[in-house]
Amino acid sequence: MSVRDDIAARIPGGDAGLIVLILASAYLLYILAGIGLGYDLRGQLNSIATLTFYIGIFAMLSLALNLHWGYTGLFNIGIVGFMAVGVYVMALVSKPVFVAGGAAQVGGLGLPLWVGIIAGMLAAAILGLVVALPALRLRADYLAIVTIAMSEIVRFSFLSGNLQEFNLFGTKVGFGGGSGLILDFVPPLEALFRSVGLWGVYLGFVEAFQAIVPRNPKPVVDGLIYGALLLGFVAVYFWLLKRTGESPFGRVLKAIREDEDVANALGKNTDGFKIKSFMLGCALMGLAGILWLMPQGAVTPNFFRPRVTFFVWIALIIGGAGSNTGSVLGGAVFAAVLYQGPRYFQNLVGTVFPNLDSPSGFGQAISPLISQFDPVPLLLYTVDSIRQLQLVVMGLVLIWLMHNRPEGLLGHRKETASVISLDRPKSMTAADGGTDGEVRTDGGVTEDDSTAAVEGGASDE
Amino acid sequence: MSDAANPPVDDVANEGNDDALGAFASGVETTEQFPLQVEGLRKSFGGITAVDGASFEVEAGTLTGLIGPNGAGKSTTFNLITGMLKPDSGTVTFNGEDITGLEPHEIANRGMVRTFQIARELSDMTVLENMMLAPKQQRGEKLWRSVAPVVRDDVREQEEELLERVWEVLDFFDIDHIAHEYAGNLSGGQRKLLEMARALLTDPDMLLLDEPFAGVNPTLEKKLLTHIHELREQGYTFLLVEHDMDLIMNNCEHVIVLHQGKVLTEGTPDDIRSNEDVIEAYLGGNV
Ligand SMILES: Nc1ncnc2c1ncn2[C@@H]1O[C@H](COP(=O)(O)OP(=O)(O)OP(=O)(O)O)[C@@H](O)[C@H]1O
Ligand SMILES: [Mg+2]
Repeated sequence: MSVRDDIAARIPGGDAGLIVLILASAYLLYILAGIGLGYDLRGQLNSIATLTFYIGIFAMLSLALNLHWGYTGLFNIGIVGFMAVGVYVMALVSKPVFVAGGAAQVGGLGLPLWVGIIAGMLAAAILGLVVALPALRLRADYLAIVTIAMSEIVRFSFLSGNLQEFNLFGTKVGFGGGSGLILDFVPPLEALFRSVGLWGVYLGFVEAFQAIVPRNPKPVVDGLIYGALLLGFVAVYFWLLKRTGESPFGRVLKAIREDEDVANALGKNTDGFKIKSFMLGCALMGLAGILWLMPQGAVTPNFFRPRVTFFVWIALIIGGAGSNTGSVLGGAVFAAVLYQGPRYFQNLVGTVFPNLDSPSGFGQAISPLISQFDPVPLLLYTVDSIRQLQLVVMGLVLIWLMHNRPEGLLGHRKETASVISLDRPKSMTAADGGTDGEVRTDGGVTEDDSTAAVEGGASDE
Repeated sequence: MSDAANPPVDDVANEGNDDALGAFASGVETTEQFPLQVEGLRKSFGGITAVDGASFEVEAGTLTGLIGPNGAGKSTTFNLITGMLKPDSGTVTFNGEDITGLEPHEIANRGMVRTFQIARELSDMTVLENMMLAPKQQRGEKLWRSVAPVVRDDVREQEEELLERVWEVLDFFDIDHIAHEYAGNLSGGQRKLLEMARALLTDPDMLLLDEPFAGVNPTLEKKLLTHIHELREQGYTFLLVEHDMDLIMNNCEHVIVLHQGKVLTEGTPDDIRSNEDVIEAYLGGNV
């Protein structure tokens, strides 16, 4: 048994307990940081909303990637391309129809938001199919090359002037080129509440919120509710992927990850399974992209740089590929510590030591260390550029993880790929080795009582 | 799907090894006298011609041995028959249908399943997951059935049926005590057993076994052979690669000798034993 097992075992509630514990500490830290930064209540609520937003986004993305990599062994490093296609197609479908003289350079088809969301997910799935068809028949690394190339092709396509504007069904639409698109549709929350007839109720709630945040509470409430909505989406992703994994379908995916030839030799059409898994994951990535950018008001192609893909990979590796619970946890830890953390840290340092002036260049930072063994300027410089150093920090964390915890926080929790528990059915009694003597296979591991062995428990070797 | 056709397996009270029969068997639909026909099979890797125009037939309901020195091309022949490799030339016919060049899963679904010489367990899956994977055409292999709320109950029902079969087979192969173990933690012999059990759970008409007893203890080997004979009597067909000559001679009705990718000779064990060429090529003259 490894050390990792002990961590979860020592926390009451096991995995769920660990998740609650980590989420609670993240929120607590942010609240403390907020106090340190002198935030008022409004600031605190905004900071919580932002944290929730990124936890939700990265948990969703990491769950989707877990379907590809953790379950099926598909090496997708083009995640951001599927997100981009999802967002852009959603915008194309749902942006209002072009009117001359309006703020937007190009229009959309003016269809409801939910139509756009479904279209965006479908587009991401279809792009997945197009990418997968040639690449899945090759070995794993080819898929990696194809997907990352695809994600850059997607970005450059949206950057290109050729797709900036064109005519579709007689209206002027387009992807806006390098200057991006204004997402001038009805704000997502308003669209949602209007569609269920609760917009008035929501506005009433916002009104009531004035008791807590007196001045213009709507943006604060919007942020909090949107964050909660994202957590709802995480729950739906989790439910969907758990059912996908814990089923005969998921069993075949797992077998493909382990040894595709074996699955094939047992009569499973592995290409078909891989394509389905890939398309489902791509659609979920598309939706996560949509949910990320929908409330931002605008979208530009350069948002979709490959680094976003690697963020998601880091999140998954932190949590542990192969485990849905781990994916959520990894997404949360990544969002709180690596994605949002450095900025808070920098602000905190700036607030606590307001009069520090850090050197303006690397030369000035390093020379005192060399000449007078004075490390302070370098430290100050590091803190000052921590946002730029974010990627370096992530790289270091990855290296540390690979050395010390390659399976991630919960990677050892391999969820059993079946609909039911695989314990011996109650209707059957344990065999005692049969009538023809105690035939045990060579190297028999344990005695008869080992049928009670805990699922997923590795043998002590 | 086989489980529906299964006769109800005898229950708890009757424990011996016979009860596992019901777990695999659903009857064989073969009507051909020679379900497997191989004609002029040829395959070379660069300069080496591993299989060089091999032709043979396997008769229904027999345990046929395929023997030959190391490197004779036995495993390659298996790979060619089951679609893991595409032959350079030649044809493979199964149950009267030309299956040359089909994908492995298409061939497996037609009822011909193989095991690997070097056991290929799915290491990060438990023994139980390995076994549950095998049965063919499971309802829950359709994604929507596994996910959608009401239909998932059908899947669950089938999983429960499968699980009983799986446990019977586990009992039979005496690997029930490691059922929850990761397959990667198994010993060499246990892996072989898992592999054979898994292949049987696909409910094939014909099984190609590549050295299935290597590393399996003699008592269990005997038990498995008894079981193979029982299945054979029900009409299942076996093609067995094995280096243990006594085992081949005592258990096979028919023996095919492969030498340098060609069929050197074939016949009953007695024919083979007395064949000069075989003695020279393979048995080293001391039989
Ligand atoms: N994938 C491959 N690439 C190159 N050469 C191969 C390949 N597979 C088999 N061979 C060669 O083909 C020949 C036949 O190999 P094969 O594995 O079929 O022998 P075999 O009869 O199963 O032997 P053994 O009894 O040792 O298992 C050998 O010379 C081997 O080196
Ligand atoms: Mg061989």
